[in-house]
Parts: sequence; structure tokens; C-alpha cells
Amino acid sequence: MGWLKNFLTSSIGKKLVMSLTGLFLILFLVVHLIGNLQLLQFMAHDSAGEIGRAFNEYALKMTTFLPIKVVSYGLYAFILIHAVQGWMLWRQNAAARGPVRYAVSDLRAVNTNARVATRMGWLGTIIFIFIILHMYQFWLQMKMGNLPMANYGDGDVKDLYTIVAEAYTNPLYVILYVVSMFFIGVHLWHGFQSAFQTLGLNHNKYTPLIHKLGKGYSILVPLGFAIIPVVMYLQSLNA
Amino acid sequence: MKITLKVWRQKDSADKGRFETYTLNNVSEHMSFLEMFDVLNEELIQKKEVPVAFEHDCREGICGACSMVINGRPHGPMQGTTTCQLHMRHFNDGDTIVVEPFRARAFPVLRDLVVDRSAFDRIIQSGGFISVNTGQAQDANAIPVNRDAAEASFSAAACIGCGACVAACPNASAMLFVSAKTAHLNLLPQGQIEAKRRVQAMVKQMDGEGFGNCSNVTACEAECPKEISVKNIAKLNRDYAGSVMGSEVEV
Repeated sequence: MGWLKNFLTSSIGKKLVMSLTGLFLILFLVVHLIGNLQLLQFMAHDSAGEIGRAFNEYALKMTTFLPIKVVSYGLYAFILIHAVQGWMLWRQNAAARGPVRYAVSDLRAVNTNARVATRMGWLGTIIFIFIILHMYQFWLQMKMGNLPMANYGDGDVKDLYTIVAEAYTNPLYVILYVVSMFFIGVHLWHGFQSAFQTLGLNHNKYTPLIHKLGKGYSILVPLGFAIIPVVMYLQSLNA
Repeated sequence: MKITLKVWRQKDSADKGRFETYTLNNVSEHMSFLEMFDVLNEELIQKKEVPVAFEHDCREGICGACSMVINGRPHGPMQGTTTCQLHMRHFNDGDTIVVEPFRARAFPVLRDLVVDRSAFDRIIQSGGFISVNTGQAQDANAIPVNRDAAEASFSAAACIGCGACVAACPNASAMLFVSAKTAHLNLLPQGQIEAKRRVQAMVKQMDGEGFGNCSNVTACEAECPKEISVKNIAKLNRDYAGSVMGSEVEV
């Protein structure tokens, strides 16, 4: 088994771990976005008097359906591995430059944004702090908090929708979420295509597609998330 | 041309080092960057000062001896050009140029602009031998080689091992160098015999030398005087994982 340890602690093995956990998180974000869009009434089509039903029933499914629960524990582990491994790589890479830095720096890159690519550690740290705040605010409330209950005919359901809607009446939360989504988009701008290069996928036919898909993803998915608090805040003003 | 140089001076590896400013009043635009340093050193010697130590050998852009980070870019501002092939006509009269040594933990400064790049030699040595028949050269077409593979291999083999990739990389990673050296053999049928062992041994040596980890910034390709592509790095990732997980070879 020594070979496996050597592999996972080699420079290429460590990057492979970043790539695979990153790709999992990229897939997760799509699923998460599809679920969250049900917060928007024009998407969810909740009948009058049952506002938030689609989202609350979805949230219940997420916390009780066994296969989803198993995957969610994998998700927590992957977020932690991606973060811890990322910090370790960040530290090692900074040390590899040596004791003296360049007096003049003029960094160029061929097929990514050099400014983003060299700031993945900072961006990742900001995103990690956001994830902790986000999970404390909603995930922990869903798991352990004292939530108001809603009843749609077959038993009480935790009314997470109301908690979310209340949070987004506060413009500071709206700004926090929108700004965090911007940082996630920037992180993905480099991360999406970089994950495939680390996997060894650099191909005349597929790489241009991956680059286009990555740019589209890193704009559209964070934008989709960012729209939700903005729309819900505007709704709260009308109500 | 009048050129002001801010040059890194460092007596030896224990010295802290500092920038010194020199002004050259009669620089010809036809001079190479190294010839300008020759002129500077002649002036310093006449003034009984210690000349600036810098590395050079062929001055034809093929040996990989010259180095220097010029205004923040290894081998200076011209695309696909070594320092020795960089001419002063690409600078303007009155310019101030900052010249530093390659900076990497694995490339310690020996003196002024000279760094110890023997880590690269040790990586090459760790690659070991390749099996070829000695004696008469065999017929040129005895082993059929796909043309695209031959071209890709030749492009990788253009690497002169100067270390500009390490100097340019914000992580001081040697992945472009190692990937060029493994790809130029692994792309050809002649290189297959030791391919699995070679790739593991060279990556192990690279990691042991204290280079950083690749984060696909691609600054290496941007600054490489031989324009080696990061496609080789993807191939190294592939070959390494394939060798570790898909073969019984252990290094």
C-alpha cells in the first residue's frame, strides 16, 4: 500500500485530489441550484396559501432520503478535503519560490487568467468562510434549529422557506450572498478548465469545448444563485 | 542608446544580495543583451570593480545556459527568445531595465545572476537509460512512427532545460520541464520500453528537489523560449497516473 500513499502525496497525486473533489463540487452546485430555484415563486408555482411548499418538500427530501444523505456526507468530506489540501498546496507553493521574491513581476498566461489562477488560495478561503456562514444560517437551522412548521395536508413540514425569506429581507445578507457568488464564479473561471488539465485531458477536440463550457458555467451558475436573494428581497419590499 | 541597469549583486549563496545601478551610455541597438553585459563588465574591470557573474555558452539560443529575469520576465520581453538572442533594439533609449536571477528554492543563487540548476540534471539522471541497439545505425524507417507523434515529440524535445518555466511559475514548479523530457521519449515507440518506470522516477526526483506543485497558471508556456506547450503537462499527469495505477511498476 506504500505506492498509494506515495501517489497521493506526490505533486501530481495531490493535484488529482483537488481536481476530482473540485469536479464533484461543480456537479453538486448544479443540483443545489436546481433545488434552490424553487424558492422563486415563478419557478415553483406554489398555489395560493401554500407559498414555499415546493421548496419545503424538496428540503425535506434532501434531509430524509437515504441515498441523498449518504451523498451529502461525501459532499461535506469533499469540501473539507478540497479546502485542506488547497491550503497545504498554497503553503508549499509559496515556499517553493524561495526566500527572496522578484522585485519586478510581469506574469503572463496562455489559456487562463493569470490574476485568477494565482489567487485561487485567497478565493478558496473566502468561499470556505462563506460556506461556513451559509451552513450555519440555513443547514444547521434545518438540522437542529427550532423552525416554524407548515402543513400541506400530510403532516408537519419544517418551514425553511420562511427562514430563507426572512433572511433575505435584510439587504446585508443579500449583498453577502451576491458578493460570495461573484467570488465562486471567479474561482471557477480558472478551476473548471484546470480540473480537466490536471486529469490529463488536454485534447485538440475537447479542450476548446471544456474552456467554453467552463466560462459559461462560471457565469451562469453563480448568477442563478445570486438572482434568488435579489428577487426575494425585492418581493419582500412589495409585500 | 543610454541604458540604466538595476542588477542583482550577491557575493555568494550566504550573502543577502542587493540591487546595484549601472548606467551604460553607448549601447548599440545591434548588441545582444549578453553583449551589453560584456560591455558593462569591461567597464567594471577597468574601474577595478568585480564584474557581474552571469551564465552563457553558445549564444545561439540552443544550449540553455543563459538565464536572467529581465523586467519581471525570464529571458526578457520577446516571445520564444533566449536572453542571448534578445537584442537591444527591442528596448528604448533611456530605459531602466531590472535584471534578477531566476528565483526558486530549488535553484539557489550562487553569485549575482548565476543560479544552481543542477536539480534539472538530477531529474534527467533519475530518468535512467533508454534501450537502443549499438553498432551500425539502423535503417531510418525500420520502426514506423506516426508523423503527428514524431512532430509532437520533436516539439517537446526542443526543450533546452534553461529553467525559465520554473522562474516564471508563481509556484516554482518544474512540471513543464519534466513533462517535455518525458513526453519526447514517451510519444515514440522507441521510448516505450522504460516509459512506465521513467515517468515515476522523474516525478519522484522532481518532488524531492523542492519544486512547487503545478496549478495550471500556464506562465511556463508563456515564457518558454522554445514555446513548449502545457499539453505536455496534461500528458505527464496522464502518464504518471497511468503508470502508478495501471502498472505493477513501483519506484
